[in-house]
Amino acid sequence: MKTVKRLLKNPLSLTGLVLLLFFVGVAIAAPWLAPPARSWEPYRVAQHGFAPTPAPPGVDNPLLGIWQVATGQAKLAQVRPFGTTEGQYDIYYGVVWGTRTAFKVGLYITGACVLIGLVVGSIAAYFGRWVGEIVMRITDVFMAFPFLVAAVTVAAVLQPVIGRGVVTAMVALICFGWMTYSRLIRGDILAVKERDYVLAARAAGAGHLRILVRHILPNAIFPTMVVASMDIGSYVISFAALSFLGLGAEVGYADWGQILSFARAWIPRLNQYWWIILYPSLAMLLFVLAWNLVGDALRDILDPRLRGRITV
Amino acid sequence: MVAFIVRRLLILPIILFGVTVFVFGVFSFLDPVMRASLYVRDVPKTTDALQRIIAKYGLDDPIHIQYWRWINQVVRGNFGWSKTAQRPVLQAIGHYLPATLELALWAMIPVIFIGIWLGILSALHHNRALDHTTRVFALVGWSFPSFVYGLLLLMVFYAMLQWFAPGRISDWVIREVIAGTFIQHTGMYTLDAILNGRLDVFGDALRHLVMPVITLSYIQWALLLRVTRSSMLETLRQEYVITARAKGLKERVVVYKHAARNAMIPVATMGGLLLIGLLNGVIITETVFNYPGLGRMAATAATQLDILTVLGITLFSSVLLVFGNLAVDILYAVIDPRIRLE
Repeated sequence: MKTVKRLLKNPLSLTGLVLLLFFVGVAIAAPWLAPPARSWEPYRVAQHGFAPTPAPPGVDNPLLGIWQVATGQAKLAQVRPFGTTEGQYDIYYGVVWGTRTAFKVGLYITGACVLIGLVVGSIAAYFGRWVGEIVMRITDVFMAFPFLVAAVTVAAVLQPVIGRGVVTAMVALICFGWMTYSRLIRGDILAVKERDYVLAARAAGAGHLRILVRHILPNAIFPTMVVASMDIGSYVISFAALSFLGLGAEVGYADWGQILSFARAWIPRLNQYWWIILYPSLAMLLFVLAWNLVGDALRDILDPRLRGRITV
Repeated sequence: MVAFIVRRLLILPIILFGVTVFVFGVFSFLDPVMRASLYVRDVPKTTDALQRIIAKYGLDDPIHIQYWRWINQVVRGNFGWSKTAQRPVLQAIGHYLPATLELALWAMIPVIFIGIWLGILSALHHNRALDHTTRVFALVGWSFPSFVYGLLLLMVFYAMLQWFAPGRISDWVIREVIAGTFIQHTGMYTLDAILNGRLDVFGDALRHLVMPVITLSYIQWALLLRVTRSSMLETLRQEYVITARAKGLKERVVVYKHAARNAMIPVATMGGLLLIGLLNGVIITETVFNYPGLGRMAATAATQLDILTVLGITLFSSVLLVFGNLAVDILYAVIDPRIRLE
């Protein structure tokens, strides 16, 4: 409760929290803000025809356009509040539903990475020297790869096997995202392992799994969770980067990086087609900024020694 | 210190072995038919022919035999044939390396010097206007995905103002290279321009470098600035700094000789992270600006399923990273008196 109070007091983290709440609102309200044409696949960006050149916004005031679409006064195809890309994918639709993709991707990747890190780190810390040594050397091998280069490689290899899509990119990022957490959790378990209550549990005859899950992990997991919550923004960036490179979400999927990749074909005339990059990049910037503002404040409040991670 | 370095050197082969095993493991994730298709240029007419290829190259053999065969070739420099670059992978890496190196050098040298300097200044002006400005600068750098501001830079400075251009060099320079009036010594246009005494080529190369350099280095600025600042803040509170001040030393001497030198020790450990950022960053940056280097080569190859090229570049960059980290650790041992005098 004290933490929450301090988060609310700091103007920077308050800004971050308000922004996050705004995005949560957009994600929840997506079906009303941008009604899908085909309700069974809402993540397919609404397409108004197939014309190759991007169409400008259909209204002068995008906010007014959004109001008209949300209240059902006008059809998305006429209003196009943020314009369209080549192939007439509606950018407003993509940005709104892309918010859901961003949350999903960020939470899934972070969750999976923490889970793997938890298992690997626990094994390394709890079971003897040899097992720990081998497991940590394997972790070192994974850390010997530059994160994004390795993710690009795994995504490229997975594509012919399971196809291009959100899952492919997420798996690629998870493959190289868990190491920090396994190291963190290992260190914290090593610190907790020697405490008296663990000894007491062992004396009482508790098994390995029970000691680990019931006695050690609850006391060691907190720092890892804090770091993980700060990393969500950076995973969203990495995923968008893969999409932008053409290795993430498939064409037409509601994802910010995927929409931005349409801009690549129009670089010499971006002054004319400014709307392709303005709206998705604004959404992404604010989203990541929100996580970073909250994360920064959290770190200052909870542990000044924890350092952030580098992203692209 | 010797013990530390020896221990570090002993781990090195294990890591390198693990890296090659992983790269090969990723590769063998594809089934033999797919792997065979990476090596043949003509489509086999019958399934029989395909089976013969698989048998001939032993793509169905036990995995450790295949690994042994593969690692023998890799050690000799044979990474396979790059379909996107239309030459052997190692040759392709050599061909694109100078461009990436040029970009990286232009990005890193100012970052290291000015980033550290700004970090120190920021710490000296703690919680004043300059400190707040640099912190906001760093936070924005942290939150902006590099491809987004790359695109924004292109929109403003290329599409609107026409000041800078994507790509690496203008066509007229390439024509001069082909005609032989401009000799390439190193493959890096800015350096070659100086060696040839050609200011116009230097200017043209620079015009193409400005935007990718900014895009590649912004996050590095942010990182270095933050770490230097916090390390410097901590050092300035140490007792030996107070002692130095009490002795009546000049402020400049206190800051740069007593405080900054010690504050640099944690900053030196950032070397590895900077290298990772660089290797990751070139993929995005070079793709956004259509800059023909290793990063764009990797991205293009990945989208066109040219797996051998991607694996080659991954292996190359991770070996680079392993040795880079080794260099950083040794540097750390040398500059940190606590390890040096162990």
